[in-house]
Amino acid sequence: MAKCIIDGKKITAPDGTPILQAARDNGIDIPTLCSHESIEPSGACRLCVVEIKKGKRSKIVTSCLYQVEDGLEVDTKSERVMNVRRLVLALLLARNPASEVIREIAVKMGVNPQPRFKLDEDKGKCILCRLCVRTCADIVGVNAIGLSHRGPSKTVGPPFDEDSSACIGCGACAYVCPTGHILMEEKVDERKIWGRRFKMKACDTCGRYFAPLDQLEFISKKTGVSVADLSICTSCR
Amino acid sequence: MSKINTLEDLNKAGKRGLATLIPSGTKIMVGMATSGIASGAQDVYHALDREIRERRLDIILSRTGSMGMDCMEPLVDVLEPGKPRLAYGKITAKKAPTLLEQIAKGTIETIKPFYRMDEEESIILGKSKRYGDGSVPAYLKEIPTIKEIPFYAKQVKIATRNCGLIDPESIDEYIAKGGYSGLYKAITGMKPEAIIKEVIASGLRGRGGGGFPAGIKWKTCREAKGDVKYVICNGDEGDPGAYMDRSVMEGDPHSVIEGMIIGAFAIGSHDGYIYVRNEYPLAVANLGKAIEKAREYGLLGKNIFNSGFDFDIRISKGAGAFVCGESTALMASLEGAAGEPRAKYIHTVEHGLWNRPSNLNNVETWANVPAILTRGGKWFAGIGAQNSTGTKVFSVVGKINNIGLVEVPMGTPLKDIVYDIGGGVPHGRKFKAVQTGGPSGGCIPEKLIDLRVDFDELWKAGSMMGSGGMIVMDDRTCMVDIARYFIEFLESESCGKCIPCREGVRRMRDILEDICAGKGQAGDVELLETMSQAIIDGSLCALGGSAPNPVLSTIRYFRDEYDAHIKEGRCPAGVCKALIKYSVDSETCTGCGMCVKVCPTGAARGEKKQPHVIDEATCTRCGACLESCKFDAINVK
Amino acid sequence: METARTDERTKLREIIARYHGEKSSLIAILQDIQEAYNYLPVAILKMVGQEMDIPLMRVYEVATFYNAFSLTPRGKNVVEVCAGTACHVKGAINLLENLERELEIKCGETTKDETFTLEQVRCLGCCSLAPVVRIDGNIHAYLTQQQIPDILRNYRK
Repeated sequence: MAKCIIDGKKITAPDGTPILQAARDNGIDIPTLCSHESIEPSGACRLCVVEIKKGKRSKIVTSCLYQVEDGLEVDTKSERVMNVRRLVLALLLARNPASEVIREIAVKMGVNPQPRFKLDEDKGKCILCRLCVRTCADIVGVNAIGLSHRGPSKTVGPPFDEDSSACIGCGACAYVCPTGHILMEEKVDERKIWGRRFKMKACDTCGRYFAPLDQLEFISKKTGVSVADLSICTSCR
Repeated sequence: MSKINTLEDLNKAGKRGLATLIPSGTKIMVGMATSGIASGAQDVYHALDREIRERRLDIILSRTGSMGMDCMEPLVDVLEPGKPRLAYGKITAKKAPTLLEQIAKGTIETIKPFYRMDEEESIILGKSKRYGDGSVPAYLKEIPTIKEIPFYAKQVKIATRNCGLIDPESIDEYIAKGGYSGLYKAITGMKPEAIIKEVIASGLRGRGGGGFPAGIKWKTCREAKGDVKYVICNGDEGDPGAYMDRSVMEGDPHSVIEGMIIGAFAIGSHDGYIYVRNEYPLAVANLGKAIEKAREYGLLGKNIFNSGFDFDIRISKGAGAFVCGESTALMASLEGAAGEPRAKYIHTVEHGLWNRPSNLNNVETWANVPAILTRGGKWFAGIGAQNSTGTKVFSVVGKINNIGLVEVPMGTPLKDIVYDIGGGVPHGRKFKAVQTGGPSGGCIPEKLIDLRVDFDELWKAGSMMGSGGMIVMDDRTCMVDIARYFIEFLESESCGKCIPCREGVRRMRDILEDICAGKGQAGDVELLETMSQAIIDGSLCALGGSAPNPVLSTIRYFRDEYDAHIKEGRCPAGVCKALIKYSVDSETCTGCGMCVKVCPTGAARGEKKQPHVIDEATCTRCGACLESCKFDAINVK
Repeated sequence: METARTDERTKLREIIARYHGEKSSLIAILQDIQEAYNYLPVAILKMVGQEMDIPLMRVYEVATFYNAFSLTPRGKNVVEVCAGTACHVKGAINLLENLERELEIKCGETTKDETFTLEQVRCLGCCSLAPVVRIDGNIHAYLTQQQIPDILRNYRK
């Protein structure tokens, strides 16, 4: 167990707990965009930065990655911290002017758009938090989408912006996307995502279309359970 | 080739090396590092080779790396028995026959050497060997010795000790200069802990930029949990204007290899990697050959010096990503992935390459290690400054007369480097600043010319050591444009993982571009400062964390130039195209018509032998007339 | 067509075998492919994924992350303008703009006849010769705009 102070509050947390977790467990809110309880933290969005003090030295760290230590003093709202968060939000307001989520956080934190930043028109609502990519790789395990190029040209999508043959249409990426950038269109027996159409399978019992065939085949291959045995939706099981 | 297992074997190889290093006959050496080849050394070598064969001369022709004085390349050194070694600068293929005739005659009438070396120094052995009996023939007395040449006088060479002196492909010559004796001493006579103690005592700090004490890093890595540990050499020298590591890898690859073997033995590692920048094919080739030779001699591989210690090295080529100079990004790249850094809250000495303890130092750092082992940590600590011991190699480039690589003790005044070694600013222009530390560094203004260059003094001045690039700027260099240049560089080299760096640096570039285009607004400088602080604090790795430095340091020392751009719409240095005008000085213009010929838009016009004019409306400020005018009649304001 | 594809696969397997199929050698393998084809053809990249059992997405990530890789065919002669600091302060931008005019392409593009590809490179480390342009590996030192047409003519031959 580590004893530390967060925003003046004495806190005890198990060793290895990230500051973010320890703060939330104690009712201290730290804003984040790229953190998710079931996905390894990546420290990409930088909204969760906090200022830590060890002895005389203080520095800014990402609370989703930095772990609690004995004697650590954490300030989650110092002026330096707020300066970083204000910039991150102003940058995202300019990158993703269409994103309601970003606008809401900005309003909540009192951040206005920076008139010197021209608004981007080609980035949609994607903030490159990589939750979708990590879900696809680490949780689903298909690596259908990823991050290509680098710097300001970095984008999320399938390889060559076209080949989504690895995609099983599970929709986990759309589900986890914090800004609603990833579009998934659903008709009764068909689902469209990443430019590809997926045939949906109807439940053998209730007849409701509940999952893409490709996804069931993927699960079948991985688990050894036949597709026929997977053809009943969760509510009928 | 038989293996080297004992000190006797090593000495035998050294004797073989000495026989080619200072042979009994005449020897000609051509500096064939990348910069030499780019200036035409290859042609010179071939011409000499052809002439020597055709004339059936008894002359040994050999290749060396670079002595550092790039502005005199192609460099050819001549060593005749019993005479000092002579250095000839700017030799062309055409001059080759003349040079050979001159050697045959025993004169220096037609082509003058620009310095002579009476003895060959070995910093490893701590002694010099005089060529011949040490006497200088009368006709050579007028030639200054290397120590009398301002460029070399204040230099102390440790990391680049052999560059330009030995054939990089000859392991024997390296051994003749004391090479691998540090390794022998370490492996056969010292405990790993004692080696680390020696490196800590030397005060050696990492030469790659951060300046972290190398010995402490080794110690932490040695003590880290894990059976498999890695030793890595960072040769991904990405700072534009810095090429010292390339010079060492090309000119003296064994110094890096020996340093790494010593480090590996001290840390307890059996696998080494050298990550070399993609743009350095000759470095890759020379390192590869050196590794092969070291394996042949048993200095790499199993049971080195019969000690039971095994170690081998692999080379990995980068693929063009500045961010891979960052240790965690470099390790991601070694694993075969995109070079994205990760937060370093868990240090790479504990969890690095493939999550195993990994010790990474750069080329120059490793090259210093053999010298520390042979001469002792105390000796090394006695050179340089208090908290920055030893020497540092700098590439002194840009608007400076003597362009090249120089190695000086830490703490050498900037003034000495710019004026004594560098020979000052050319064309009688005014010295303005030195940019150090690459894109992560800053600009040191003229008023700080007395600054003693070491890790801490540069840091205090708002810059940093970086890998040692020093780009000299004169009054025709616009500091806002320089800030824009570095920010644009970093924007395209950002990996794109974290928001402050990916998006923030891009927005800073937008604003700086506006300022350079005369579209700056009141408050822009203050906005840049606020953004800089947030990017420094908020970025994930050192690339973003130091990206605003060139902007902050130019604002700190050259705020007036920013104001001139924003408030007066003027670029005082005459660089920013939207803010300058080209005109012809009618007094000096002879009407030769050259500007008319080169102008791509027809803006330059005029009658033959009459003063010409430049039409402002069609002029694109491309500078073609300026560089072609032989009479200095083009004005830029 | 089929035999052509088989040949390609054999060629690729040879390259992969040089690195014992190690996944960590992906960058080196892509470098060798680029060496062989002058760029990274999509069809070959897809084969790399299959042959090395690496998700195609990972291959694409690496291929687009590093500057050295090109996913489009490059010209017979690659013209690289050094954008190092020493070259920059000595007017490299004017050389680049001149080359763009002469070749009628933008930086990063290839001429229609596929003779030239124009690129910028981050410091060649020949700062004493600034400004420099490298064409097909040959360094052209102290280059002026005036010299450019003649130099290009030599490569057009």
